[in-house]
Amino acid sequence: MKIIVLAKHAPDPESEISVASDGKSVSQSGLVYDINDWDRYAVEEAIRIKEDKGGEVVVVGVGTNCDDTLRKCLAMGADRAIKIPVDTSFDAYTTAEVIKEAIKDEQFDMIFAGLMSQDLNNAQVGVLLAAMLDLPVATAATELKVEDGKVIARRELEGGYLEEVELPTPCVITIQSGINEPRYVSIMGIKRAKSKEMKEVSVSPSISTLEIEKMYLPPVKKAEMIEGDPSQVAEKLIEILKERGLI
Amino acid sequence: MKVFCVAEYRFDELNPLSIELLNLANQIKGDGSSEAVVIGKDVGKYAEELAKYADKVWKVEDDSLENYTPDLYVDVLLQLIEREKPDIILVGNTAQGGEFAPYLAAKLNAPIATDVVAVDVSDGVKASRYLMQGKLMVDLKLKSTPCVLTIRQGVFKEGTEVGGEIVDAGIKPSRESKRKFVSYIEPEVGEVDIAQADIIVSVGRGIEDESNIELAEELADLLGGVVAGSRPVIDNGWLPKDRQVGISGKVVKPKLYLALGISGAFQHVMGMKDSELIIAVNKDPEAPIFGVAHYGVVADLFDVVPELIEKLKEIKGA
Ligand SMILES: Cc1cc2nc3c(=O)[nH]c(=O)nc-3n(C[C@H](O)[C@H](O)[C@H](O)COP(=O)(O)OP(=O)(O)OC[C@H]3O[C@@H](n4cnc5c(N)ncnc54)[C@H](O)[C@@H]3O)c2cc1C
Ligand SMILES: Cc1cc2nc3c(=O)[nH]c(=O)nc-3n(C[C@H](O)[C@H](O)[C@H](O)COP(=O)(O)OP(=O)(O)OC[C@H]3O[C@@H](n4cnc5c(N)ncnc54)[C@H](O)[C@@H]3O)c2cc1C
Repeated sequence: MKIIVLAKHAPDPESEISVASDGKSVSQSGLVYDINDWDRYAVEEAIRIKEDKGGEVVVVGVGTNCDDTLRKCLAMGADRAIKIPVDTSFDAYTTAEVIKEAIKDEQFDMIFAGLMSQDLNNAQVGVLLAAMLDLPVATAATELKVEDGKVIARRELEGGYLEEVELPTPCVITIQSGINEPRYVSIMGIKRAKSKEMKEVSVSPSISTLEIEKMYLPPVKKAEMIEGDPSQVAEKLIEILKERGLI
Repeated sequence: MKVFCVAEYRFDELNPLSIELLNLANQIKGDGSSEAVVIGKDVGKYAEELAKYADKVWKVEDDSLENYTPDLYVDVLLQLIEREKPDIILVGNTAQGGEFAPYLAAKLNAPIATDVVAVDVSDGVKASRYLMQGKLMVDLKLKSTPCVLTIRQGVFKEGTEVGGEIVDAGIKPSRESKRKFVSYIEPEVGEVDIAQADIIVSVGRGIEDESNIELAEELADLLGGVVAGSRPVIDNGWLPKDRQVGISGKVVKPKLYLALGISGAFQHVMGMKDSELIIAVNKDPEAPIFGVAHYGVVADLFDVVPELIEKLKEIKGA
């Protein structure tokens, strides 16, 4: 079983976020990057399947600065990495396109992507890639059973419902958080990762189908803020609860 | 503009978001038309509901379309789009729409924007959406038509009836689906139904560790409520799945929703925004949760919660 996993080196939405001076992009200052949270689950799932059935896990990252994330995936247990050193100031379509080009000589059984990126939240790249490769797809998988020539996936729907579907391989699956418990990177893993292959594949992206006109802080209606030290805050909260007959 | 709206239904009910798509279509169509597309085995009753708000409803019916598969949805939509040439295709940003819409866009070679909350067609097609889990917003121009937009639920609730015709599209799938539907699986039920609780103490990633859940439990006990959580807390196994609030968990409307260390991502907010009283404690003053809360406290929850517990104990003891 050979599995390709897409892993994005992405800013954490909990880092300090502001708009850059061009008014069209996120300011890089204050951003803390790490592997996209959904992709941790995708890498873990692929490694577990490999541990169970044998095969190979290849991680793919797009971006000039994505090495840390690819190394992390190798340290978790992926076998090799493909880096596409193209800067991602373009849309998901282009990201999928360069990935398609870079993996064209790889024979694979499955491609895993995260359900979405933690920064841009597009939830597109995996599905776009499936369409470009003309492969069946299932999104938001919360459980996978891999059998000979097919995968049985449980997909997450709204309201706690799931849908079970069956796909032939090769196919593309996007992984929802919580599908497994991703392992921590061990010192041994980091050491082993050093000798693993990280290949760069240069691809030129085509023209974007989207144009960013403006980026800004969303207007928010604000809650009534309660100020004071913790004891005063607690006092005021209790008053509010009392007024409402909640205590 | 000719605006297509792809309808969605499940378990015998039309998703209200399908009507919201039509509301949006009616706002932006100008002298064009709002046209719903409903796909399935026997979709007459959905078509009738949709026709109230659409200029036209296209029915695409076939036995093989009984259960949704992205393969066949895309197959029949491509045929219909090719023939009818809509300018914009609206799809709900749901587990289903979010899956087939990018596939359709790629096959059409069309630009796509997902999880859109505002659309402007005064000068080409522009869409607004959030980034960074609600902390930033972007206005995008889609450079060509047809284009595909997936629309966030709950934004376009207002609309007026139009009263249109229902037409059989006369389209059949051109192939078999590679992906097969197997079954639906019901949510697990646990011993506590958070949807029935009057008071919910809800914890997010800010609770930091499983061992701190106790703190929330102590507070919930003193308030006579139950503990619930955001998705990461459930993903980490700190609380059972049936305690998850949000779009893929439960929708709750308690008398009090106390959000501790929850950022307020849309998928969470959809599960608690109609609570009667929302109080949020978060150390980040910019956290989007303060946009839905009635009262907000910018503080470390580990400072505020113990104080609250102390004071409640005093009251109970007195
Ligand atoms: C409006 C907009 C603004 C943008 N602004 C910026 C910006 O400020 N800075 C910037 O760097 N880029 C920006 N981009 C490009 C962006 O980084 C992505 O490459 C592209 O949009 C993919 O969308 P996404 O990250 O939301 O992926 P999604 O479709 O949400 O991601 C789903 C999955 O696809 C895979 N994936 C996505 N991207 C990559 C990747 N780069 N490498 C490997 N796997 C990947 C992962 O498995 C991920 O879990 C922007 C794009 C758009 C449309
Ligand atoms: C298809 C789909 C379905 C989803 N369904 C759901 C769902 O049903 N329910 C759901 O909740 N999410 C859901 N999500 C995930 C959602 O997008 C968010 O990732 C999630 O809600 C974030 O949870 P959080 O607020 O606990 O964590 P974070 O976003 O990480 O926020 C943690 C917050 O805690 C604050 N904090 C940290 N430490 C402290 C402290 N000591 N004191 C006070 N504050 C502190 C931080 O400032 C931050 O605001 C879904 C996502 C997708 C893509």
